Amino acid sequence: MTDAVITPGPGEETEAERAIDEKAYGFWVYLISDSIIFALLLATFVVMSHNTADGPGGHTLFRLPQTFAQTMLLLASSTTFGFASVAIAAGQRWRTLSWLSVTFLLGFAFVIVEISEFYRMAVAGAGPWRSGFLSAFFTLVGTHGTQVSVGLVWIVLLGCEVALRGLNPFVASRLSRLGLFWHFLDIVWIGIFSVVYLPGIL
Amino acid sequence: MLGKLTIDALPFYSEIAMGGALITVLGALGVVALITWLGRWRYLWTEWLTSLDHKKIGILYVTLALIMLVRGFIDAMMMRTQQAIALDSHGYLPADHFDQIFTSHATIMVFFVAMPFLVGLFNVVVPQQIGARDVAFPFMNSASLWLTTSGAALVMTSLVIGKFSTAGWSAYPPHSEAQFSPGVGVDYWIWAILVSGVGSMLTGINFLVTVVKRRAPGMRLMMMPLFTWTALCTSILMVFAFPALTVAAALLGLDRYLGMHFFTDGDGGNATNYISLFWIWGHPEVYILLLPAFGVYSEVVATFSGKRLFGYESLVYATAVITVLSLSVWLHHFFTMGAGADVNAFFGRVAPLIALPTGVMIFDWLFTMYRGRVQFSVPMLFALGFIVTFVIGGMTGVLLAVAPVDYLMHNTTFLVAHFHNMMIPGALFGYFAGYQYWFPKAFGFRLEEKWGRRAFWAWIVGFYLAFMPLYILGFMGMPERLERYYVASWQPYLIVAEFGALFIVCGITFLAIQLAVSIRDRAALAVSTGDPWNGRTLEWATASPPAAYNFAVVPHVHGIDAWWAMKQAGTAAHRPARFHDVILPDDSSAGVALGATSFVFAFAMIWQIWWLAAVGGLGMFAAVLSQTFRDHAEYRIAASEVEAIERRRTVPPLASAVPT
Repeated sequence: MTDAVITPGPGEETEAERAIDEKAYGFWVYLISDSIIFALLLATFVVMSHNTADGPGGHTLFRLPQTFAQTMLLLASSTTFGFASVAIAAGQRWRTLSWLSVTFLLGFAFVIVEISEFYRMAVAGAGPWRSGFLSAFFTLVGTHGTQVSVGLVWIVLLGCEVALRGLNPFVASRLSRLGLFWHFLDIVWIGIFSVVYLPGIL
Repeated sequence: MLGKLTIDALPFYSEIAMGGALITVLGALGVVALITWLGRWRYLWTEWLTSLDHKKIGILYVTLALIMLVRGFIDAMMMRTQQAIALDSHGYLPADHFDQIFTSHATIMVFFVAMPFLVGLFNVVVPQQIGARDVAFPFMNSASLWLTTSGAALVMTSLVIGKFSTAGWSAYPPHSEAQFSPGVGVDYWIWAILVSGVGSMLTGINFLVTVVKRRAPGMRLMMMPLFTWTALCTSILMVFAFPALTVAAALLGLDRYLGMHFFTDGDGGNATNYISLFWIWGHPEVYILLLPAFGVYSEVVATFSGKRLFGYESLVYATAVITVLSLSVWLHHFFTMGAGADVNAFFGRVAPLIALPTGVMIFDWLFTMYRGRVQFSVPMLFALGFIVTFVIGGMTGVLLAVAPVDYLMHNTTFLVAHFHNMMIPGALFGYFAGYQYWFPKAFGFRLEEKWGRRAFWAWIVGFYLAFMPLYILGFMGMPERLERYYVASWQPYLIVAEFGALFIVCGITFLAIQLAVSIRDRAALAVSTGDPWNGRTLEWATASPPAAYNFAVVPHVHGIDAWWAMKQAGTAAHRPARFHDVILPDDSSAGVALGATSFVFAFAMIWQIWWLAAVGGLGMFAAVLSQTFRDHAEYRIAASEVEAIERRRTVPPLASAVPT
């Protein structure tokens, strides 16, 4: 064992970079899976959109101001996440935290509005058990809302990490994947808004 | 407090069910007692259960598959026996019990035998074939294993506590709805599918990223071994198809748990949506199971013909074409649903197209053998048995793809014979070939030949005896899943099928004997060079069993059959001038914890014990969280230690590697 010196292997310095790169790629692949879930739920909604079983339909249930407010909240939260990403790139810890907080509040408001909409519909006798149409509606929109809620928990967790550990490449990579997820949910919402709410309201 | 769970859930109502439950419980207790008696818990925990080494995870996957194969086969044997005797009589199984058995048989065979078997082979082989030291996401790999195990454990638990689904492995509504299946059986099915389905999706992501990102320097896509190609395509299918199964099972669960109306009769529900969703996953799943077997055959045929694969590129393109086509033919599983002539015509045209790339593959394997020096080793026997038998299944498949013919054949035993023709000589023989072929890779000694041959012959004879009569019975109009019948002319065929099943009993027994004999004679069967078959691809360049890091120095690749090329060039035995430290993923108990808590969560959901479900759910969250922030979950093997390990590879690879 004469020449057995402890040295970094070729390319080992970039081991961390490679891990981050692979995780980003893997997360994109996961988003493919997730988008297929949403695509199938959307398709299910579309084929069931007339199965109201003599119950209420979209015309009577959906309210444009509320949906518009939700859309604005989520779009704004994507923008503020963008500002957070700029702060991350610049290595500004507290600025990152404040933009993440704003994003959290906007996302939280979105979820609150959605829950109130669900509650309003359910007490009006239009819960998910009322008809196939409403089952598909609650499931599609609810799945999106659940994922937004997961995103909120994730924002809190990563916010804590940024506050405690500061910004390092690993934290930044986690934040970048959270960003992908957040913007992805925004795009999904655009789809839901266009396919679910607009035809129902117009 | 305990939801729907009461003492009545225990199978006191039936001696046969009680027997099954006792065997399960005693078997589990026996294993626990044996490990305790041997004092091996610590070893098991530190070396295996918490290991993130892809080779060990692969071995655990295959172990799970083999255990569940026995369970699934006992189900099959019970059904064959019932059908052999149930002419004008009730046989020995009540209808409800018989229905549970055909449901659990298929569920187990697809999700907990075939899937873990192929993923196990991926794990052992693919990283080594591409010159990598591990998969891209080692912890996620462990999580997949334990989620799959958790799903299997749920199905096994249903044998003891409560009853399993009677709705068939595809759980079609309306039968699977709460209205007609109020018990927990369908819930067991749903949660087993959801939990293991997440595992499969994660596996797909993991191997897709591994193959794309972790190939050795120089290995371009068109230099990858065929098995790696099929692993890549299978992973793509897992990523694209498993969401559909998740959606189908989840929506069915919402119907059952929250009274929704996705698939119910009336109230705007539509059962046909379920059938579409299920088969949007289901048809790609057929190729998720078959493509890895095709990969194994490609490796085995090339190695045991001593030739480079004939038409490597055409095999790659055939694999890719099958991958794409498999996503576009799902409707041929339900021509009779009444989607209309146009739709049926479209899918009836697309479905047989898959026969074209499959035919290309068959000819490629035949031409690889042509003028080769074919060695009839056990893996090769399985490959040859596959080629001959699979062609029959392919032709009956083309027949079923003709919609008018399908109207006659649908839900008959002809269909049963067809898909077993795909799954046993197609998929399972491939996994067996892979198991025999790579066993020395994983353990350092070969499997004994004589018992291997006996197992092969018992399996193939058993297959023909068990399923050719079912083709004939299908022509005679016998529906599938009958627990009794009144047509005397069917019985002789069913008795022949029973004998076929008995041959398969022998096949499984011989495989077990082969394993025992091989372990006993492991010194004589040892493969000191690490390359027992004079292999061609890179996995044979490592030691057998491989060191934790696989490759002390990551090789450079210049073409297909990289190891063969190294042997030809005489560089196979070259040792690096100096070694470097190797960094590997550290052990983690979070995977086991995730599997265990997911089991608790699913079990509580099945029995509607909400507080326990909350506990289980929080446990899963904690298990994942404990890994999320570990950025340096790895350990370092010092260069000196690597060198020491490499020096212990007593016989340099060259000794037996010179092609004769």
